[in-house]
Amino acid sequence: MLRQQQPPARQTGDDIWKTRVDKISAELFTLTYGSVVAQLLKDHENYAEVNKHLDKMGYNIGVKLIEDFLAKSGVHRCGDFRETADTIAKVGFKIFLNITPTVANFSADSKEFSLIIDDNPLAEFVELPEDAAGELWYSNILCGVLRGALEMVQMQVEVTFVSDVLRGDDVTELRVKLVKYLEEEVPAGED
Amino acid sequence: MSSNSYFVIVGTRDNPLYEAEFGPASRGDGGGHQKKDEHKHLNQFIVHAALDVVDDLMWGTNAMYLKVVDKFNEWFISAYVTASGTRFMLLHDAPNQDGIRNFFQDTHELYIKTLLNPFTETNATLTSPTLDTKIRALARKWL
Repeated sequence: MLRQQQPPARQTGDDIWKTRVDKISAELFTLTYGSVVAQLLKDHENYAEVNKHLDKMGYNIGVKLIEDFLAKSGVHRCGDFRETADTIAKVGFKIFLNITPTVANFSADSKEFSLIIDDNPLAEFVELPEDAAGELWYSNILCGVLRGALEMVQMQVEVTFVSDVLRGDDVTELRVKLVKYLEEEVPAGED
Repeated sequence: MSSNSYFVIVGTRDNPLYEAEFGPASRGDGGGHQKKDEHKHLNQFIVHAALDVVDDLMWGTNAMYLKVVDKFNEWFISAYVTASGTRFMLLHDAPNQDGIRNFFQDTHELYIKTLLNPFTETNATLTSPTLDTKIRALARKWL
């Protein structure tokens, strides 16, 4: 029985979420992430530093998460960047956070796109303190996760937040920019 | 002639976490400035005295709403105790059991949501302006 035919991405994501994913309490997750951010704020005092740190943490998570993702979803290599965007939104986010962000604002050369997240589970019940509202990207860990995961599949990307409802904007939007496809590197020692 | 109420959220160390005064349309500036100031100090004392009564009562029952726990001249004090020992005290002059119970329950929900915010410290004063607006709206609704 060959699994050559890939069912539509959205269906796959849903099925996997229902059957192959262990689940924990949403509040526990939100509180854990919240205390991570609160502790980082206490340790660093400088919001740019905290953003960078969250991104680094996310990167480490992403690098390992991609293996889990590929194992659970079994999606084939994406044909182009648009397919990548679709897979991230419909399968990736669905499996790990049970949300389906919308892919939008694809650039003319298909190298950039936006992910619009409504209902960010990381930020439930969160209210930013006054002075943080201008500089802190609360869910910055997501940027790092995407960057790390895509780097493991040979794509170098830059991910940044464009707007965040916690800051008073209308939507939470992530901008993903493809920098370049990484060449397969031959491990040192092989000829 | 003051048909207003005074609401305090008291932490476990008897420290006020949030205070608010609700009254009829003429709140804040208006006639009786002096009376308001006097009452303000008095309010804190009255509630503080009532805390002892609340502490006694709360171990006797497993209900959260303690109804009217104390009386001072013409003021009644109603109390509501949360699971973590935080006390919601309401100083009022018109006994209005149902409205007050609903007010306490809604405020309790708001309080829980504020606690879930990772940026609030435990036993710290609750300064969020959104919380303030919401509690005032609830007061207008139920009191």
